Amino acid sequence: MPQSEHHSDSTPLLETVGLSCSRGHRTLFENLALRISAGEVVQVLGANGSGKTTLLRVLCGLQPPVAGVIRWRDQVVPPGAPELRAEVQFIGHAGGVKLDLTPRENLDVAIALGARPSGTTVDTALARLDIGKFGRLPVRSLSAGQRQRVALARLLTCASLLWVLDEPFTALDAGGVATVDTMLHEHVQAGGAAIITSHHPVALGRVTPRPVSIDAAA
Amino acid sequence: MSAFAAIVRRDLLLAIRHRAEAANPLLFFVIVVALVPLGLSPRRETLELIAPGVFWIGALLATLLSLERMFRSDFDDGSLELMLISPQPLPLIVLAKILAHWLVTGLPLVVAAPLIALLLGLPAGSLAVLLATLVLGTPTLSAVGAIGVALTVGLRRGGMLLSLLVLPLYIPVLVFAASAVSAAAGGLPVTGQLYLLGALAALSFTLAPLAAAAALRISVS
Repeated sequence: MPQSEHHSDSTPLLETVGLSCSRGHRTLFENLALRISAGEVVQVLGANGSGKTTLLRVLCGLQPPVAGVIRWRDQVVPPGAPELRAEVQFIGHAGGVKLDLTPRENLDVAIALGARPSGTTVDTALARLDIGKFGRLPVRSLSAGQRQRVALARLLTCASLLWVLDEPFTALDAGGVATVDTMLHEHVQAGGAAIITSHHPVALGRVTPRPVSIDAAA
Repeated sequence: MSAFAAIVRRDLLLAIRHRAEAANPLLFFVIVVALVPLGLSPRRETLELIAPGVFWIGALLATLLSLERMFRSDFDDGSLELMLISPQPLPLIVLAKILAHWLVTGLPLVVAAPLIALLLGLPAGSLAVLLATLVLGTPTLSAVGAIGVALTVGLRRGGMLLSLLVLPLYIPVLVFAASAVSAAAGGLPVTGQLYLLGALAALSFTLAPLAAAAALRISVS
């Protein structure tokens, strides 16, 4: 199903206007206009160091932009506004997973920190990501791909409209990529949206990400 | 489970899984206090004179040693970003981290205090006052320390800067706590010092979470 038909008529969930970001003293991109509507997956493309991660961090409010504003549901919001934070889930390069806790303990903390639980239990989430039998082992003893799955399980246990995923497919095997594909599909079907980055093109069967290049915006 | 309870529980679990690391400050404290009589003089009059100061300098340095752990690993593994993005109020999360830090570092000092007091030959009459200063003073050390750690957590080698930032703010606690214990040993009233320590604790517990939360946002961006 083409995703692009969804977003032209409806109000975008999140929109950036004239967004400029820098790291240190180096300007990464300027005047970026990005729209993310409910029901679509946006894939940010750009060379190494072009500012993909920075863009995602700015959208989450972890870092203020140099110029420009972020509009959330047609309202200009300050960086990291509470109404934005209540609807955003972020999975970054560092997965935010405590290595000395078990996957279950990690998810318990994530649920407590999240806006609202999704109703999916920790067991179901872990089982869907195929790490159900490691629920009581410390994450330290798991492989890189399994650790990434623990981080991704947060998306299932906590409800939010916008998923902000930085390289979600890192270290995942083909089965893991397919699971994330299905998760993204169900998320957008339920009216959610996602913005992801990925270095290499990944073959996703069920969702068709809309590519947005930030190289061109610079 | 509320976010506050979840963070306290999480940090206590992590401390239990890193028992050796968590016990370091207490061990350091015991070593410092045990070495002083050997280095100076084991004579009772000398010890009685210096014991309050030694006790509190040890407690202060032990806390300083443990401060960086408060946010460092959360910063490294991305957990801190989750806390910043969380819709739960960040000062509340920081308060939970301060409380957990005190339970792991401050509380063991309070529990070990009677034994250490015996080691230093502190008069039995001043033990109650010593415990009161510890109960009122060590939470202040954790709370004020949180601001310093939050400011320096983004720096690769922020340890020295952390000490420079935090030590001046620790001085009032050191002065009033040590003076209270000395006064108690001399049979003088200590209410004034204890009130001041209580005021410092109240002030730091209300304001430090706000300051540390703001500092964390700057450090992570």
